[in-house]
Amino acid sequence: MISAKNDPTHNVIELRLPSQAEWVGVARLAIAGIASRLDFGIEDIEDLKLAVAEAYTNCIQHAASDGEVRIECAIHPDKLVIAVHDQGKGFNGAEIAPRKLGEPQERGLGVFLIRTLMDDVSYEVDPRRGTRLTMIKHVRPQQPAQ
Amino acid sequence: MDINVDVKEIPGKNGVRVVDLNGEIDVYTSPRVKETIGELIDQGHYDLIINLENVRYIDSTGLGVLIGGLKRVREHSGTVSLVCTNPQIKKIFDITGLVKIFGIYDSEASASAAL
Repeated sequence: MISAKNDPTHNVIELRLPSQAEWVGVARLAIAGIASRLDFGIEDIEDLKLAVAEAYTNCIQHAASDGEVRIECAIHPDKLVIAVHDQGKGFNGAEIAPRKLGEPQERGLGVFLIRTLMDDVSYEVDPRRGTRLTMIKHVRPQQPAQ
Repeated sequence: MDINVDVKEIPGKNGVRVVDLNGEIDVYTSPRVKETIGELIDQGHYDLIINLENVRYIDSTGLGVLIGGLKRVREHSGTVSLVCTNPQIKKIFDITGLVKIFGIYDSEASASAAL
């Protein structure tokens, strides 16, 4: 489900999707469409798609499969603020230890990518209401084509 | 948003298998890639070339599958080489530091020649 709320300062788009793997691709496409409404470059749009997909994947891995994932996108003129909520038992990415580059670790890659690709990341964990991950990406001035 | 997985041999490179991937590798599609790599290792193929030239997207679950495969073949002194030309995917290997643990090549021929 997609809904939009208007605010005097910015628009908010909300997606509610099943907490199931087959829907992650839909979230990626939606974020790409929303980001393209701002002046994000192609590389930043790819970063946003990956960060949102990683957040969604964490929700799927830590929440019940019959739940839903809520993605709230606040569209500001100079930035996109994306909050991803689940109804799970809670997952605090801030507690994941930093990766050591070059070591073949399978776990923790998603959180590392989110932190690296987004400008600001924060977590709120509530055992009763689930986890809310908020990510901010600022619009960077585009380099003129050569 | 799907993945096609093909496996082929390389003439003159006995035991080496190429896993040709086409599509997107994410939490939904990566189990299929993991299954194929696992089957090849179970069959005794410890030198694998994973061709990502036609992969448009990969996330941490896809990277995890590749790392898991690498760990398994290393137990048998094997290798996992990647063929990757997509700049966005190369960037993900760069920022995660995985360029240091995988051999990454611009073509299947160069990956094969390095074995």
